[in-house]
Amino acid sequence: MACNSSTCNSSGCYKGYEEEEQPKPNTKAAVNGGNSCQNLCVKCKVNEPVCCGIGGENSRFCKDCFKNNLYGKFKQAVTYNAMITPPDKVLVAFSGGPSSRVVLQFVHEMQYKAQKNYDANKDKSLPVFGVGVAFIDESSTHSFTSQHIEKAIEDIRLIVSNLAPPSKELFVVPIESIFSSDGIDGKERLKELLDAVSDVTGKEDLLSHLRILLLQKIASENGYTRIVLGSCTSRIACHVISATVKGQGYSLSADIQYVDSRWEIPVVLPLRDCPAQELNTLCSLDGLKIVELLNGPCSGINGLVSSFVKVLQEENPSRECTIVRTAGKLTPFHFNRVPEIHDCNVPSATRRHQKRYTLKPNGSLSSDSFCPICNSPLKKSNFPSSLRSHGSQQNPDLFASACSSCQFQILPKDPSLMEEFLSLLPQQMITKAKHGDQGNFSLLREQIQEFLFSDGENEI
Amino acid sequence: MEADSKPKKSGARLCCVCNQNRAALKRPKTLEQICRECFYAVFEEEIHQVILENQLFKPGERIAIGASGGKDSTVLAYVLSELNRRHNYGLDLFLLSVDEGITGYRDDSLETVKRNELQYGLPLKIVSYKDLYGWTMDEIVKMIGLKNNCTFCGVFRRQALDRGAALLKVDKVATGHNADDIAETVLLNILRGDIARLSRCTSIITGEDGPIPRCKPFKYTYEKEIVMYAYFKKLDYFSTECIYSPNAYRGFAREFIKDLERIRPRAILDIIKSGEDFRISTTTKMPEQGTCERCGYISSQKWCKACVLLEGLNRGLPKLGIGRNQGLNSDGKKDRKRDSRTPSIESKQCGSLEF
Repeated sequence: MACNSSTCNSSGCYKGYEEEEQPKPNTKAAVNGGNSCQNLCVKCKVNEPVCCGIGGENSRFCKDCFKNNLYGKFKQAVTYNAMITPPDKVLVAFSGGPSSRVVLQFVHEMQYKAQKNYDANKDKSLPVFGVGVAFIDESSTHSFTSQHIEKAIEDIRLIVSNLAPPSKELFVVPIESIFSSDGIDGKERLKELLDAVSDVTGKEDLLSHLRILLLQKIASENGYTRIVLGSCTSRIACHVISATVKGQGYSLSADIQYVDSRWEIPVVLPLRDCPAQELNTLCSLDGLKIVELLNGPCSGINGLVSSFVKVLQEENPSRECTIVRTAGKLTPFHFNRVPEIHDCNVPSATRRHQKRYTLKPNGSLSSDSFCPICNSPLKKSNFPSSLRSHGSQQNPDLFASACSSCQFQILPKDPSLMEEFLSLLPQQMITKAKHGDQGNFSLLREQIQEFLFSDGENEI
Repeated sequence: MEADSKPKKSGARLCCVCNQNRAALKRPKTLEQICRECFYAVFEEEIHQVILENQLFKPGERIAIGASGGKDSTVLAYVLSELNRRHNYGLDLFLLSVDEGITGYRDDSLETVKRNELQYGLPLKIVSYKDLYGWTMDEIVKMIGLKNNCTFCGVFRRQALDRGAALLKVDKVATGHNADDIAETVLLNILRGDIARLSRCTSIITGEDGPIPRCKPFKYTYEKEIVMYAYFKKLDYFSTECIYSPNAYRGFAREFIKDLERIRPRAILDIIKSGEDFRISTTTKMPEQGTCERCGYISSQKWCKACVLLEGLNRGLPKLGIGRNQGLNSDGKKDRKRDSRTPSIESKQCGSLEF
């Protein structure tokens, strides 16, 4: 049973366990001995410190060291996970907030350095990766004045145009474009869809699923090979708790890794090791402009989790890191690594580089089936039901193929409303609901292929 | 599940199960409107199903119910003896209580347990820290203060329960840990970074490889429903917090879960489900199991934790076994330097029981 004492120091007690990993900052300051150390950057010990990292008094950095520290984490994440390689075209998802501003800045700086190397190099074997920026305009889901939105978009255009050379294409896409029809039709359909979801948390989560689908669509239609999200440690810590609370413990490890390749265009999280507090500090230090689109505070479960993590963070500034580290010990899925490059056109140097750094595949190459709505891997592939419903292409059983969390908070409770709900969902989700079953079926077939005779075979 | 709450012409809310009696309450777990009788029935039936599905007991087994006198253990004792009768589990039930020696708290709750013995007709055994270790919690706190006291109590209680169970010669111990407790523990383990505990804390049966296995029949039972059951059945229980527990870390998780329950009652069960589903590698290093050299209790170190702590108490070294460097001297056992300031009490050899 957990110890109730906050001050208990026994190593048998939970508190002690965690404290072994993260020494409290205050004790270390005493060890440093003397005020002289307090007035110098802890890293270079030359310049005056201007800001604090997550370690509080113990991590006072000068501006350069602070920035290098953060950039270093970014660079390491990118290199170690082979996130961005020369032939890639990366799409940076930009929300306007501090995390996405920093990731955009860092990606740009990396690209800029690569460009300079390329120009200086006689042997042009490794091309420079391309960068695009995508901003998703969600104004149709809440009531901002059009002026507010237009100003925001203008600011974003300015930011992106200033990040050149190399120049970057900017996509400003309204959320309703997820449906094939655009304009008023799309807006109406989106409104109907969101209204059909009665649970507040379900609504928010559905919107975020639509967001990622739209990013996939933009990337795919424009030849991008990677999507970069600015998800930071704090955001991931909140996701760990909220996924736990929603009963998504099985799929949780899929969402919090550096790389997520279950999508058509792999999604990467290079700021996974950077706390929000430090990213905020960097933005103010470096004068990085943030476009605050107050999407309104999250309500429901997500908002509650957010405040909870905030309270914990105030009590101990390294709590978010501990949460992410714990969750990082959960077993990832086989798709949590960049797919291997089989393209012969890609220089062999790149392929060797990637092979060296890509994580080894982890155990379960099981045939995962995925929830058509949130794309989370499902715990048991429901083989029996998939075989039965394989024939019925017309009406995929959405309810049966969805995860329990989506079944509860997104799908309509009343079965008679299911048909209509299905018609409102974007095509990508419907296709997944249909083919989810087929995936299992064809995998089954693969296993017995060698024993089947090609003639006299009846398609089930 | 939302209950249909359309009132009838008379304006009375009917129980959604029997549709006859007036609804007396709203079920915290499902928000269904239900009458008292149906509530008792569904509460008891759900626990019965948990016992069956998880094969918690076998006919003929002797079971000790960890009884503190609090609501969870009182309701557990009541329901288990009722189900044992009704469904013929064929179990021999006992009440097992631990007296930590906390004046004004434990002696009051022990009175409750003694009454439970009479009310439910279950034989009671009380084991005390004083008898087992030679120290009461009051004495321990006097020596070490209010820091780390929960560690001592927790370690000692675990052993005390096992020793009491051995004395009673029972096959299993049943404790009243409820769904809220387990959900809190899952969250705590995430917050504290304890992946090894995280993989074990949702198990309904634990310690199968130890001296006495333990089970938690209330794993899916909501705390609020236990309170409701005790309230309506007018069960006799004692409800006060231990006087030595400062409000601290578990409190954060508890607050959060209370808020969660308000928005989405099923979240408590969802947390437990997540805990069960976490993909944790089975190769995560588990401590190697041996026995304590001093008393023979199960231990991964040379000495079990209780012996280490006791040694510290007896030598006037309250920090022994606490914190990072907890090694004993290489010749550990024999020298007992008496600190003249603190009263030293020779502890009984804990090896009075065979494990």
